[in-house]
Amino acid sequence: MTTMNVNTKVRSGETDNTQDVPGSRAPLVLNMNKFNQVTQQVCQVAEARRTPMAWYITFAIGLGLLSLLGFCIVYLIVTGVGVWGLNNPVMWAYDITNFVFWVGIGHAGTLISAILFLFRQKWRTGINRFAEAMTIFAVMCAGIFPGIHVGRVWVVYWLFPLPNQMEMWPQFRSPLLWDVFAVGTYFTVSLLFWFTGLVPDLATMRDRAKGKIQQIAYGAFSLGWRGSNRHWHRYERAYLLLAALSTPLVLSVHSVVSFDFATSQLPGWHTTIFPPYFVAGAIFSGFAMVVTLAIPAREMFGLKNLITLRHLDNMNKVILLTGCMVGYAYSMEFFIAWYSGAIYEKFAFINRAFGQYWWAYFLMVSCNVITPQLFWFKAIRTSIPIMFALSLLVNVGMWFERFVIIVTSLANDFLPFLMGRVHAHLGRHRNLLREFRSLPGDVHAVLSLPPDDRHRRSEGGHARGGSAFR
Amino acid sequence: MSATTKPSSAKASQADSPPRSYGLIAEFETPAQIMKAAERVRDSGYKWWDCCTPFPVHGLDKAMGIRQTILPIIVFFMGMAGTCAAFVLQSFTNASDWTVWAGVWVTGYPFLISGKPFMSLPAFIPVMFELTILFAALSTFGLMFAFNGLPQLYHPLFRNKRFRRATDDRFFIVIEARDPHYFKARTWEFLESLDPIAIEEVED
Repeated sequence: MTTMNVNTKVRSGETDNTQDVPGSRAPLVLNMNKFNQVTQQVCQVAEARRTPMAWYITFAIGLGLLSLLGFCIVYLIVTGVGVWGLNNPVMWAYDITNFVFWVGIGHAGTLISAILFLFRQKWRTGINRFAEAMTIFAVMCAGIFPGIHVGRVWVVYWLFPLPNQMEMWPQFRSPLLWDVFAVGTYFTVSLLFWFTGLVPDLATMRDRAKGKIQQIAYGAFSLGWRGSNRHWHRYERAYLLLAALSTPLVLSVHSVVSFDFATSQLPGWHTTIFPPYFVAGAIFSGFAMVVTLAIPAREMFGLKNLITLRHLDNMNKVILLTGCMVGYAYSMEFFIAWYSGAIYEKFAFINRAFGQYWWAYFLMVSCNVITPQLFWFKAIRTSIPIMFALSLLVNVGMWFERFVIIVTSLANDFLPFLMGRVHAHLGRHRNLLREFRSLPGDVHAVLSLPPDDRHRRSEGGHARGGSAFR
Repeated sequence: MSATTKPSSAKASQADSPPRSYGLIAEFETPAQIMKAAERVRDSGYKWWDCCTPFPVHGLDKAMGIRQTILPIIVFFMGMAGTCAAFVLQSFTNASDWTVWAGVWVTGYPFLISGKPFMSLPAFIPVMFELTILFAALSTFGLMFAFNGLPQLYHPLFRNKRFRRATDDRFFIVIEARDPHYFKARTWEFLESLDPIAIEEVED
């Protein structure tokens, strides 16, 4: 099992295990040499007699923001989508920005659980379960916005091909409908994947449970799992299949989301680079969100031996890589706008950087292209406060990326009278504050994961990573 | 493994007849030990036996002689069914004017959008892809648990205190009483020769 790495050193409470020693594999968990210690460390969080004060505080903040979201949604529904500051021609702004942002956040969870699984990256087991939980909550947040942006939410069932008295069907040649199927499938498959991974861990909780309620609840949800190897055999196959199915799925979902824009003829949207560029951006923002969530969780619940500095270092490397891809995509868009010779395309991009929304573009580039470059330095990749700050900046930047793409392209229409309206639109930004309020409301959903859900992830490290730390 | 057996009734019936035995369990401490033991059990001709481990032990499938599951093959065909279902759904609703019975009478509607052909296969592909994945994933999930006989909320092994560590840090070999080679004393002796930490009988 685990032995202390020769090059491991302790610095200000953090064990630095990021050194690679040639010829020996880096340990996945620190300071443990028994299977039981991993179980113990993971379960102590859910089994603790007293819930930590910090959990109550974050839960209260999250709940407060969630109620604000509920209030804002009700206000939106009874008033109309105009409260978002939407106008003609800017008919999509915060709604679809939030939708794309949250779907993107979700993708890191699937990347960690499926793609890293296929690549046999064993370090994923320390973080995969809570990253998957993050995916599920992020997709739920994403699902809210297309649902409420239709205006008449009571006819939202028109999105689905249900027989109805009007004898009408949805229009399957529209990327908006592809979105319904893509996001619906994505949510379902993420949920199945998460739950499949969770079943043996719930069985562990069941066998340790002391109270009657816990025993019944864990017992019911663990489906009677007893660790039979005949079961494990099919389970491992099924897990591999789900990973193999989720991998193309996650790439397809954000590609389909980008089709919402790319298949239109609007300058600024009509580009073939969108699918890969959106997927890279999704992974970029999602990993930043995983770092944002992992740091407080490992501090509060004492999981530093399971989510080690090496995990964080690895995630920061992924952020650096995908940040470079996103930066490349930004410059390639500009190059193609010039190279295409299309004057509208050229205008759209010059206006994007220097037009009325220059400040949003500036935020996007500085947060998404410049910020991750700091991760070239190892001292920054292994410094908890700096990486936490940078991960927040990346999330801000990625939200603005979606905003820039959607709003700058729509705000400058071809008709002169509509161009005049653009300034009117700017003037309406007093609404901006109201819109921003609905964003953190979703953050709640992630914050308010009940305490047992937050650390079940490492139980996965215990269960499936077994051979790795042997 | 009748679900009706309760601890109290088992005690009551002890007077007239001894409780039926589910089998014997042997406890091991490391994956390497259970691997060796499993090979011995496999070679000794037992059929109704199992290994219970807290995590999948690599190579144990071979050591136990488990045949490959056919799950992936079924999942492939379920995925293909998803592809076909999506194609039928889209071409029926958007490119036909048929009226068919699908729970209720439904009629297709040849939908003319921007002069595109009714049967626009390239535009149908994203939904076909998504439903392929959806059908395949749902059948993977459902069939894996179904083939495993789960959910099964009661099992005789759950009544054994020692067995609780099977989901924590201990590795068990279970030989069931219904195995034709099972004779309590002889099987016990055999398990002892595998060098476990403990052997126990589990009541049904």
